Amino acid sequence: MSGGHSSYTPSTGIEKWIDARLPLPRLVYDSFVAYPVPRNLNYAYAFGGILAIMLVSQILTGVVLAMHYAADTGLAFNSVEKIMRDVNSGWLLRYLHSNGASMFFLAVYVHIFRGLYYGSYKAPRELLWILGVIILLLMMATAFMGYVLPWGQMSFWGATVITGFFTAFPIIGDPIQQLLLGGFAVDNPTLNRFYSLHYLLPFMIAGVVVLHVWALHVSGQTNPTGIEVKSKTDTVAFTPYATVKDAFGLVLFLILFAYFVFYLPNFMGHPDNYIQADSLKTPAHIVPEWYFLPFYAMLRAITFNIGPINSKLGGVLTMFGSIAILFIVPWLDTSKVRSAVYRPWYKLFFWLFIANAIMLGWLGSRPAEGLYTLFSQFGTAYYFGFFIVIMPLLGLIETPRRLPNSITEAVLAKTKSGGQLAGVAAAPETRA
Amino acid sequence: MSAHDTTEPTRRDFLYIATGMAGVVGAGAFAWPFIDQMRPDASTLAVSSIEVDVSAVQPGMSLTVKWRGKPVFIRNRTPKEIEDAKNVQMGQLKDPIARNANLPSDAQATDADRAAAKDKENWLVMIGVCTHLGCIPLGQQGEFGGWFCPCHGSQYDTAGRIRSGPAPENLPIPPLTFTSDTVIKIG
Repeated sequence: MSGGHSSYTPSTGIEKWIDARLPLPRLVYDSFVAYPVPRNLNYAYAFGGILAIMLVSQILTGVVLAMHYAADTGLAFNSVEKIMRDVNSGWLLRYLHSNGASMFFLAVYVHIFRGLYYGSYKAPRELLWILGVIILLLMMATAFMGYVLPWGQMSFWGATVITGFFTAFPIIGDPIQQLLLGGFAVDNPTLNRFYSLHYLLPFMIAGVVVLHVWALHVSGQTNPTGIEVKSKTDTVAFTPYATVKDAFGLVLFLILFAYFVFYLPNFMGHPDNYIQADSLKTPAHIVPEWYFLPFYAMLRAITFNIGPINSKLGGVLTMFGSIAILFIVPWLDTSKVRSAVYRPWYKLFFWLFIANAIMLGWLGSRPAEGLYTLFSQFGTAYYFGFFIVIMPLLGLIETPRRLPNSITEAVLAKTKSGGQLAGVAAAPETRA
Repeated sequence: MSAHDTTEPTRRDFLYIATGMAGVVGAGAFAWPFIDQMRPDASTLAVSSIEVDVSAVQPGMSLTVKWRGKPVFIRNRTPKEIEDAKNVQMGQLKDPIARNANLPSDAQATDADRAAAKDKENWLVMIGVCTHLGCIPLGQQGEFGGWFCPCHGSQYDTAGRIRSGPAPENLPIPPLTFTSDTVIKIG
């Protein structure tokens, strides 16, 4: 779509002068003003924009926090306390940054579930999806290393457990862990390199986001019907329609964000992280941040040996595999119909997948014993079964509902029936 | 090459290959220090050994010392704990290897091969890092009366052998010697 003609016409002399030398205003105009988007996008599609704003917010607050933070095991904990108590507005910046990470993940999970529901990963958007999974991986690495920086008990032991994953691999495991830590245990070299990488990775995320948006603008957005744009009546201009809709969604999202920052700033953290790291004392109950809990539950679900693979390696492979499998989702789904709206069975299994993901998250926060472990094993089986069994099989055996001929037809049919139900002649136009 | 009817390599071919090779070797040589700097440095690697006076540790008491950045548990076991450990059949063990740095690597995980010395079977000295993901197990807890890891529920018996939970190996025993009756040298 962006490869087509450009509708940008520079009017003033200075615009013409710039356009002939560096047509950046033309790029912005074609990408974010005149760019055609499907007219039936709903609020689930606002999360891409919300994520872009969250990335900017995290980078801004992070750069400022870095001005007051000291990456040294002797200083780190107290420097964070100094930010909280002494630095002007430091408490606000830190709470924005720490809660911002949670909100970032909340938005990214909604964004991913949106993609799974409407089949956004299907051809020709496979690379768009894969770039998204790469962003998710970078986000996870960034969040993990950021959580180590305050040098509290959870920071230290989280780092110990997560770098311990690598020791599961035979022979190369221990050298890899020592290479990551810069020693035999988490210590000053670890803290320093994590700080450096925590500062670097968000800019790498920004770089991949550029590729992600580029790929999006080549294939165009999907929409709730999953039908490709066929004519000009199927689309509206990005500005003002999508811009304002995204902005309104963003405002609602920021209200939620602000509620956490001002009223429940530590709700998603752990009290143990306000105790300085102690390498000789493990907290009674190590729990990762909420956004890692489903993966943590799957790690702990493997309590048995599978042939030559012991339970430890099996757990680590399961956890890495739960992300890795997302890369091949475009080729696991065999259905010709894109959107779950027209796939009654897929819709059911999709919502079960959501419920299962939430259940795994809850199980990840529970101790690893008894029934919790059993349910984690069921949950893990469904997580992988959804991708490996249900996705490929359902596309072959499911009878989809009749697809409308175009986005316009779908929208008009909806408006008509909606108007009749309301019984109002002058019903406001629904654009959702 | 086939397009040209020459069998002799030209000067341009030579320059292509030489430049390519210089690029590959150069990139590798340039990348190495970036990887190398991540490794533990000499001060971290320096094999330090510590001497611990255990004369004050009575049966039923434990001492935790730090060696190479990791905790080492030193426990003076009670007769009951020794008895419990001896009564365990080898078939009940998840990891049948002693994991004792002072013995051959295939030594069996009998209580005698886990204890600190032949005539000092009441002493148990081991690195207190759970072999699962590196947490520090809590002493004298869990259903085997040994160590219990709070992170993922691994349970070790009174000889520090893994009995249940996700950890794959027994708690490792560091190189150690008794320099006198009451002083242990670790490392």
